[in-house]
Amino acid sequence: MGVDIRVENLNAWYGPVHTLHDVSLQIPANHATALIGPSGCGKSTFVRCLNRMHETSPGARADGTVLMGDIDIYKDATPVEIRRRVGMVFQRPNPFPTMSIYDNVASGLKLNGFRKKRVLDEVVERSLKQAALWDEVKDDLKKKSGASISGGQQQRLCIARALAVDPEVLLMDEPASALDPVSTAKIEDLIFKLKTQYTIVIVTHNMQQAARVAENTGFFLMGKLVEFAPTTKIFTNPSDKRTEDYITGRFG
Amino acid sequence: MDTLPLRSQGVSDFVSFRRSLTNHVVTGVAIISTILVLVPLVAIFGYLLYKGASSLNLAFFTHVPVPVGEPGGGMANAIAGSGVILGLASLLGIPVGIGAGVYLAEYARGTWLGAAVRFTADVLNGVPSIVMGLAAYALIVARQQHFSGMAGSVALAIMMVPTVTRTTEEMLATVPKSVREAALGLGIPKWRTVLSVSLRTASPGIITGCMLAFARVAGETAPLLFTAFGNQFWSFDLNQPIAALPLQIYVYALSPYDEWHRLAWAGALVLIVMIMASVTLVRIFANRGALKGGH
Repeated sequence: MGVDIRVENLNAWYGPVHTLHDVSLQIPANHATALIGPSGCGKSTFVRCLNRMHETSPGARADGTVLMGDIDIYKDATPVEIRRRVGMVFQRPNPFPTMSIYDNVASGLKLNGFRKKRVLDEVVERSLKQAALWDEVKDDLKKKSGASISGGQQQRLCIARALAVDPEVLLMDEPASALDPVSTAKIEDLIFKLKTQYTIVIVTHNMQQAARVAENTGFFLMGKLVEFAPTTKIFTNPSDKRTEDYITGRFG
Repeated sequence: MDTLPLRSQGVSDFVSFRRSLTNHVVTGVAIISTILVLVPLVAIFGYLLYKGASSLNLAFFTHVPVPVGEPGGGMANAIAGSGVILGLASLLGIPVGIGAGVYLAEYARGTWLGAAVRFTADVLNGVPSIVMGLAAYALIVARQQHFSGMAGSVALAIMMVPTVTRTTEEMLATVPKSVREAALGLGIPKWRTVLSVSLRTASPGIITGCMLAFARVAGETAPLLFTAFGNQFWSFDLNQPIAALPLQIYVYALSPYDEWHRLAWAGALVLIVMIMASVTLVRIFANRGALKGGH
């Protein structure tokens, strides 16, 4: 089950560059929340702060409060603990090239020392079914490399891999931007199904995509959260002039 | 597919001819270079076969050397000794080399210690092998007051380290950041990510590096002269002088006896075949676990 996320005064830096300024928002559990904005506006940095991935870049740091349920992820837990509860799907499909499809899905459990084969089998099947990939790969689970399937299949494999560790939150950083329209539609269908069980945060360049999958949408501009509101309001009646300019295509 | 006439794209006959000529010239140069690379290998191997094959017989692989004048004898002890010395050198050198490479690639980016290790490895790579032998002599043989196979292995191991370290570092650097992030994003600790994801993804290149290092030291004579020393009899005691193929070849080739010269040629042939065989075996073994369509 998903968990609420409350962010208060989050700031982030890459070395001396201040990329995120005092972002505060509340992301409700078991819903999809979209983040839109032009390139370089800080939306990717923002989601990477939600699983403490941001700080793995050289010279990067973040400051502020991020509450997942009642846990402050920057105070009460280690990055490794947080990342087990917060799954992430990246912009480009990144399956482990040397691992089979099965091992890719099982990697989160296996590499954390979990070895019970019967349970692993179950988790792999359940996760691949959740990611709508099971029927396409069930005959090649251990024969084919995770990198040998198509790009769209690889991205669903990455989603299955993230789901296998049973996270509460799923972060998706432009998960469909490298995919063709058919694969993109499949990913969106998935988000639609998954959001009843997980808190989903999706970064997207595609405003139609945000409108299709997300209940709430945040608009970022130059490292600041300009507006955060129900998606229908953002797209029909935004309160901020800059939001309106962006969604009507006047810049960005 | 229909091809448009080049002329309609504004390409004249002359330009078209020039491009085609350039293409042929460059291809030709590449082919000639390839042949130039292959010629020495084939020539050496062919000459060794010509000179050495006739002296090869079962006794060569099963008997120890006999005194001058006696017929027969072989290099069985030297073949086994080389195996032991190289095996131990690999056991010592490869883990240290890979460990240092992992440190450089995964933990020491941009640190002064990393730069120092990298610089040391590059300098070590250029140290002549005879100096390695002297170093091992001073460190081990002089203290223990006797020659030993162990000292020979240490000398060869030190020679293997820089090659293994630098290839490991370079191969780890080719592992995409996205693959590492995928592992970290699953809540896999960094040490585990390095072992099970980064190293595994880079393993074909790292294995090549280890093979290069192995092949390089397998034929070394100088580092063994003052360390393993050589032995005319069977010995597997690493605390004692041990025979090694390159040493035996060296001694026999320098001798004034025709019979020993023939054995030296045979030994050289066996050495080169053994190196090729072990490199090939490791490759086959390493490829066996590979999946369909990995790279």
